[in-house]
Amino acid sequence: MAELVEELKVKIIDQLSLEDIEVSDIGNDDPLFGDGLALDSIDALELIVLLEKEYGIKLTDPKQGKEIFQSVQIMADYITEHRTK
Amino acid sequence: MNKCYINGVASITAQPTTNGKFLEDIISYNDIIFKADNPNYKDFIKPSAMRRMSKSVKMGVTASKMAMEQARLEMPDAIITGTGMGCRQDSEKFLEKILYDDEQFLTPTLFIQSTHNTVGGQIALGLQCKGYNLTYVQSSASFESSLIDAQLMLTEDSNKKIVVGGIDEIAKTSSKFHILNGELKQQPIPNLELLQSKTTGTLLSEGATFMVLDGEKSTKNIAEIVDIEMIYTASIEETKKNIEDFIARQGLKIQDIDAVILGNNGDRQFDTYYQSLQTSIFTNTQQLYYKHLIGDYHVASAFGYWLTCNIFKHNNVPSIVKMNNLEVDEHKNILLYNQYRGENHSIALVRKC
Repeated sequence: MAELVEELKVKIIDQLSLEDIEVSDIGNDDPLFGDGLALDSIDALELIVLLEKEYGIKLTDPKQGKEIFQSVQIMADYITEHRTK
Repeated sequence: MNKCYINGVASITAQPTTNGKFLEDIISYNDIIFKADNPNYKDFIKPSAMRRMSKSVKMGVTASKMAMEQARLEMPDAIITGTGMGCRQDSEKFLEKILYDDEQFLTPTLFIQSTHNTVGGQIALGLQCKGYNLTYVQSSASFESSLIDAQLMLTEDSNKKIVVGGIDEIAKTSSKFHILNGELKQQPIPNLELLQSKTTGTLLSEGATFMVLDGEKSTKNIAEIVDIEMIYTASIEETKKNIEDFIARQGLKIQDIDAVILGNNGDRQFDTYYQSLQTSIFTNTQQLYYKHLIGDYHVASAFGYWLTCNIFKHNNVPSIVKMNNLEVDEHKNILLYNQYRGENHSIALVRKC
């Protein structure tokens, strides 16, 4: 699990072009939206694509994103349970 | 036509043109394609906003902010941009993703950022400017088209403050296509020896030049764009006649033009347009050029306005832009003429304020 969390942080930084942010800057439980990384709605779309491309998880209900993208840890938990690749 | 004053101008080019100096530190290149010299974009754009920006957006947003700072303008009434190729870096990346990911997993950012009006949109978003916003995509007449639109707007309402700019960027793959189609040199040459080139084609670069235009006379005015004319195609002889007629329409004679800024780009085939003028009507006029410094691209001609304003501000002409040895005590009227491969001829008269 720890490996997946680290991998996810690297992919989020890359996919969202988070300049000046290192893996160590992202806490496992930090909120991704709002106060934490302050991601926005376009980032949410990017994360949906990331889930599908990298882990074979297709989100059909956009409301799911709100729950899954709360933190890196919650994302990793969801990926572990639902990944198809 | 109402008055059209330049209150601020900024340019990001392959030369350090944002350091407050007037072409004192010149960079020499030995390549067919060379990139713009980056200012510190973080001084002008928040990191959170910058992370999605390609180079043209960064250059455009930064140059527009610099011009607005100079003009002490916080909110323009309109933002008008010109670009020949638009945001081609993100267009390329988007197309590559379509290809390599088999038309799957397309992300929104690259698509949003790949349109031609992205720069104008990002400037407006940053300022929260809800005024008129238009982008002209007219090849090498893109910047001049946006300038004419701004002039027309000032004719309707001289109170308007308008941000006008031209932006074009180099992209990894598609820029090299211009080598294949012969628009660029086939072999690298030193940019500072551009006019000694005996071959066809030119050198490609990128940049952004922005101005703040105002219809009102004030102490902020640097220069006045007296008139501008665009002609799609013209022969060398017709060009000479067009320029003579243009000058006459301003109530001036050739000898009233203190300097002429020409768009010589080292292309043996099409520099003949400029050479013909240099050896005829402008023999006794100070002749200046700039594409050996900043390369050529669809909106490179906008740099001519930056050069003009800086000549007026500094009352000095850097020797690096001189094509002949004529000296002028004080510049009042500067004529700009540019064309690209015999098309999109633009003639403009800019006067010191």
